[in-house]
Amino acid sequence: MPITKLSRKLAIKKALILGSGGLRIGQAGEFDYSGSQAIKALKEEGIYTVLINPNIATVQTDGDMADRVYFQPLNIETVTKILKQEKPDVLLLSFGGQTALNLGLALHDSGVLKKLGIKVLGTPVSAIKITEDRELFKVALNEIGTKTARSVATYSVKEALAAAKTIGYPIMMRSGFSLGGLGSGRIENAVQLKQRVGEVLRAVPQVLIEEYLAGWKEIEYEVVRDAAGNTITVCNMENLDPMGIHTGESIVVAPSQTLTNTEYHMLREVAIKTINHLGIIGECNIQYALNPANGDYRTIEVNARLSRSSALASKATGYPLAYVATKLILGYKLHELKNAVTGTTSAFFEPALDYLAVKMPRWDLAKLKSSDHRIGSEMKSVGEVMALGRSFPEALQKAIRMLNTGSTGLTAHPYEFDNYQDEIEHATDRRIFALYEALKAGSSVEQLHNETGIDNWFLSHLSDIQQTEAKIVEQKLDAPLLREAKQKGFADSVIATLKQTTEDAVRAQRIKLGIKPVIKQIDTLAGEFDASTNYLYTTYHGNTNDVQPLGKKAIAVLGSGPYCIGSSVEFDWCAVNTGKTLQAHGKQTIMINSNPETVSTDFDRSDRLYFEELTFERIRDIADFEDPEGIVVSVGGQIANNVALPLGQHKYNILGTSPQQIDRAEDRQKFSAMLHTLGIDQPAWVEATTLAKAKQFASEVNYPVLIRPSYVLSGGAMNVVNNEKELEHYLAAATKLSPDHPVVLSQFIMNAKELEIDGVAKDGHLLIYAISEHIENAGVHSGDATVVFPAQRLYLETVRRAKLITKQIIKNLEITGPFNIQFIAKDNELKVIECNVRASRSFPFVSKVTGHNFIAIAAEAMIGIDRGIEYQTLEYEHVGVKSPQFSYNRLKGADPVAGVEMASTGEVACFGDDLAQAFYTSWLATEQQVKQQTLFLSIPDEQKYKFVDEASELVAAGWKIYTTTGTYQYLKEHGIKTTKVHKISDKQKPSATDLVENGKLGLLVCVPSRTDDSNDARTIRRLAIDNHIPLITNAETGRLLMHCLSEPDILSATPKAWQDYKTT
Amino acid sequence: MGLVRNKPTITGSKTVHKDRSGRGDFFKTFSAKLYLSDGTAFDGVVPAGQANGVVGEVVFNTGMTGYVESLTDPSYTNQILVFTFPLIGNYDVQLADIESEKIQVSGVVMSELALHGSHTDSQTSLLNWLESQNIPLLTDVDTRAITKHLRTRGTMLGSISTEPINPKSLKLESKIISIDEPIIYNEKGTKKVILVDCGAKDNILQSLLALDLHVKRVPYDYDYTTESYDGVLLSNGPGDPTDYAPTIAIAKKALAKNKPVFGICLGNQILGLAAGAETFKLPFGHRGHNQPCMDISSKHCIITSQNHGYAIDEKTLPKGWQVWFRNLNDQSIEGIRHHSKPFFSVQFHPEACPGPTDSSYLFEEFYQCL
Repeated sequence: MPITKLSRKLAIKKALILGSGGLRIGQAGEFDYSGSQAIKALKEEGIYTVLINPNIATVQTDGDMADRVYFQPLNIETVTKILKQEKPDVLLLSFGGQTALNLGLALHDSGVLKKLGIKVLGTPVSAIKITEDRELFKVALNEIGTKTARSVATYSVKEALAAAKTIGYPIMMRSGFSLGGLGSGRIENAVQLKQRVGEVLRAVPQVLIEEYLAGWKEIEYEVVRDAAGNTITVCNMENLDPMGIHTGESIVVAPSQTLTNTEYHMLREVAIKTINHLGIIGECNIQYALNPANGDYRTIEVNARLSRSSALASKATGYPLAYVATKLILGYKLHELKNAVTGTTSAFFEPALDYLAVKMPRWDLAKLKSSDHRIGSEMKSVGEVMALGRSFPEALQKAIRMLNTGSTGLTAHPYEFDNYQDEIEHATDRRIFALYEALKAGSSVEQLHNETGIDNWFLSHLSDIQQTEAKIVEQKLDAPLLREAKQKGFADSVIATLKQTTEDAVRAQRIKLGIKPVIKQIDTLAGEFDASTNYLYTTYHGNTNDVQPLGKKAIAVLGSGPYCIGSSVEFDWCAVNTGKTLQAHGKQTIMINSNPETVSTDFDRSDRLYFEELTFERIRDIADFEDPEGIVVSVGGQIANNVALPLGQHKYNILGTSPQQIDRAEDRQKFSAMLHTLGIDQPAWVEATTLAKAKQFASEVNYPVLIRPSYVLSGGAMNVVNNEKELEHYLAAATKLSPDHPVVLSQFIMNAKELEIDGVAKDGHLLIYAISEHIENAGVHSGDATVVFPAQRLYLETVRRAKLITKQIIKNLEITGPFNIQFIAKDNELKVIECNVRASRSFPFVSKVTGHNFIAIAAEAMIGIDRGIEYQTLEYEHVGVKSPQFSYNRLKGADPVAGVEMASTGEVACFGDDLAQAFYTSWLATEQQVKQQTLFLSIPDEQKYKFVDEASELVAAGWKIYTTTGTYQYLKEHGIKTTKVHKISDKQKPSATDLVENGKLGLLVCVPSRTDDSNDARTIRRLAIDNHIPLITNAETGRLLMHCLSEPDILSATPKAWQDYKTT
Repeated sequence: MGLVRNKPTITGSKTVHKDRSGRGDFFKTFSAKLYLSDGTAFDGVVPAGQANGVVGEVVFNTGMTGYVESLTDPSYTNQILVFTFPLIGNYDVQLADIESEKIQVSGVVMSELALHGSHTDSQTSLLNWLESQNIPLLTDVDTRAITKHLRTRGTMLGSISTEPINPKSLKLESKIISIDEPIIYNEKGTKKVILVDCGAKDNILQSLLALDLHVKRVPYDYDYTTESYDGVLLSNGPGDPTDYAPTIAIAKKALAKNKPVFGICLGNQILGLAAGAETFKLPFGHRGHNQPCMDISSKHCIITSQNHGYAIDEKTLPKGWQVWFRNLNDQSIEGIRHHSKPFFSVQFHPEACPGPTDSSYLFEEFYQCL
């Protein structure tokens, strides 16, 4: 029955797809993957596609993707306006995470879709509602006799307490309608419940009180169903960490490893039955708890949309779930589609893996001050990695290295445990290493199993790794032992340390012994059918390679690795666009990346995809095998950049700027010396190895000074100290000061502006540049700053001088490819802070605002192409503003103040006709919503003068402003009437706390005092976040926002698409 | 099966393990190879003291679970089973999962044998279980390389050995697995079904009993057509269906009685042969849990568990018979039925175990015909 040309089943001319916005905890880059595949599938059908997504750094918002792109907030007001303008035939809700799903439900409920005649494609809204409302869900599953956890939906604190009493403590509290398990947790008693339910009910209407299933295995299935009811489970996954730890916080293996055939297929059957009963069309995820003692199960939830798990399943199996899901919601049947990997077999099949995938979460809790390191039922991780191997130890140790958190394996981690036992019993982000420490100290697998509930199968493998480590230490490193070590995932560098030799020596020895990784294909069918797949991984469990080397016609591109604070979807955008450009110039591309939440790891984006570690060792393995023309290290962010020098020293050809020059920019001493030689000013700095030297420097340049430990222990990161006492305190608490562990102190310049130049050079000559400015004054990390392009408030002279300095630096560093230089400007003086000889996070932003693809120009430069175009990038009729997306509401206890250490997890960017409009749109797009015209304003004395005009405008616009004594008095003196409330520390009512808790506030602008950050200030900041009220802590952005809120034209602006602005 | 003690000599294998003792099974290994009849050999290791020289047809299975069920599936008689999933033995062995009274395969090849299997109901480790029944095992093998080899060259004979084997010496005699005397189950059942045992998996019997049927399980050459019954189920089994001449002849007689006949796997081929069709050998068979099939009248698709090396030749299907199910990957016949009479059969395994349960409704359909 040959399937020939497929006809489109539904007459759809125009589709609108909702994206997911800025990356945040619980909703990361996976939705760029799903949205991009959906757009590709829609375009193949000739459907005119409109996308709304303010995440400018995504591939899905590229010019060659959707026909129209709105960089606009994903809120009901804006989207309603856009729907009215665009009048699409259909709306796609399942590709933009929980954001899109919730928004879609709200649009449906508001009647807009019905009024405009817009159909929701795929799973009917009624079915989505069943999956989102836990009470309806339970009823629906009861109808088909499948089991759910005992749970009661409650809508008040009183109801919650009653339900908990019936079920019995401990109970599991979960909130309805949320992503990433927000507001979920184990509750021990009534007091705790009362407090937590109160908080959660302010954000969501429903709280579930559930049976506590800790210790049960947590299993998921990814299910695909077409409109005719043909259903498959593409992949199942097992969490190493049992129930009680959110699946986003768990180490996950695919396929399940400890389930018997009976268990596997019992859950599979329930999945198919459930999904058919719910009537889901497209793709969904079903989660179970499985009791290891007796095989009993509970269905936990169904996500009726593409999810983080589906992205993982897609990458783990090679089955393009989002693409297939799109075709299915357009009306295709599964059997009418082909397996994209084989091209010949049917898409109605279930992948058979002949390897396993291990996913590990990437946390960044150390960067988020005072946030708790314990993990549990709420998601805190910011990204993840996936490792493929043919044994668990091999894949696990790969995954650990992929995280790029300083561990080169299970046995080689940088942590010093005060009490590893405590971190085993109360899981933290480094529990896997605590388990290793326990095993090393003699704990038994059985004992650890009792303490954690982790299956013995996993723990025994950890124990095996630990025993292999002991063998390496004790025994002669002969061929069998070396092979065993490699099969168990030990890095050459780890073996070298254990044997007191060098990584190079170990590598040379094993290559001499013929111990090399082999390259295997991911073909979805375990080799059963011939598949010319380009999706590859390496393993030491094998003797033969599945592919032949590509050789010199190929170029390897290093991707970004896991998303974390400071490295986000923008580097995936850079990697994808680099590959695309190289292919356009007839090159074959080899993509290397370890992050399953990316578009670059879609196997149809490159000629070869290695889902692999971005470590020096593995890149060498791949480069030695493939023998490519060169390696691109400058588009994947810092991980890729860091391997440039070692690769260069080992004679691998690095395309673009030479590794030695990259090192000159990266090495603080060398870079400083270069600036000095060129006569370019820089903030004063010193590397101090003693407290005396640190004090001396600080007194020379005057406080405040910025401290950056070169050796960071947990908790001690970059910081600003304001006086000698703070300096002493900081150096005593956070760092080990010694000649081996110096700190870098630099002058901290206050009330200065910060600017950035993103650009591309070839052989030291500038090809294109974009100069942008920060709204915040210097002192806010550039990743947390609000960035404006083109710069609106710079003197022409400043621009001219910045460009001149840039030209000097790139010439001296002989840059070929992308670069980014950051400046501080004060009183017309420019100082250079740093230069990155690689693509920066603002590359997609400046590319989309200017309409010139900077990374494409960079990729061309790296292969010797200069189009000789003079780009004009200073003046446009529009302004772009990029805003940071924070995830503070997911991190209990974290202090939501932007500072010198980056804390944002993502970003958005929007366009406007002027700065204010672009800023306001961009700010709203970071999930902000002002619900009422009431403001609590708190400003330190030295900055009060800045706010007079804005406060006056707001009051004139009908706002009510609350203040405490100082601000009240100051504004009163300037003729502005505000409402005085008590300070929290006065312990009198009403205070700011009462305003927040009684839902009286629409906005808080609380600028902390640099020298005296009071407890009151910290309390109110945290309270604002926990109660979901917008909070601004920076004077400049606060003023700008207050200005915007008083301008009716800004508030009522008509949303425009990217294509409506003239970019070039 | 004669036990031959190996000399502990290490051959030129790339994988050389010494003592691999963990806290689990003590596992001392020697280098060995899987020798194929085309002269190819694949490296691996075997437990110390394992017998050399057992010959089997080398086949691969792509299922990711169900090693206990597969190893005890009588259809694997005379075969050396290569698991493409690399980690085998993870959840140990629970004897409740067996599909027949013993391990039926001639040998097992895998990438990694679990030395620390784990399950609440574990009764023994896979290694101990295999050793207790003298089943040769080869582990630490590049099973993907073997799979690709068999996929290209077709299934062939092989043997696991620590000593070199002359490929020309590999020979295999066909075997039929059945019972000696009829066995009666659930005599009080509503309807009576004859289960023709050509090597029936236990879950076929269990699936019938679950419908409260009276089952008379009979040997493959037992003539049940003179008895009274409501329906016949032709079971799965190993080898070439044309070797089952008596079974086919009896099935022909059964067809003349117009009582329902349901065939599974080998039973599908036997029904086809009894109806007058021919069978042929597939190059490397279908063995796995992810085989997509479509009921071509309803267009409904299901994922099936399969284990077969032969198929019905569509061109030879006699008049009155039609294709019922088709494989979506290679379009081969996965089921046939008579257009008016209650004769039908499927090439896959509706009883699952191992594999997906999508087609278990077929037992219900059979029941409805009785």
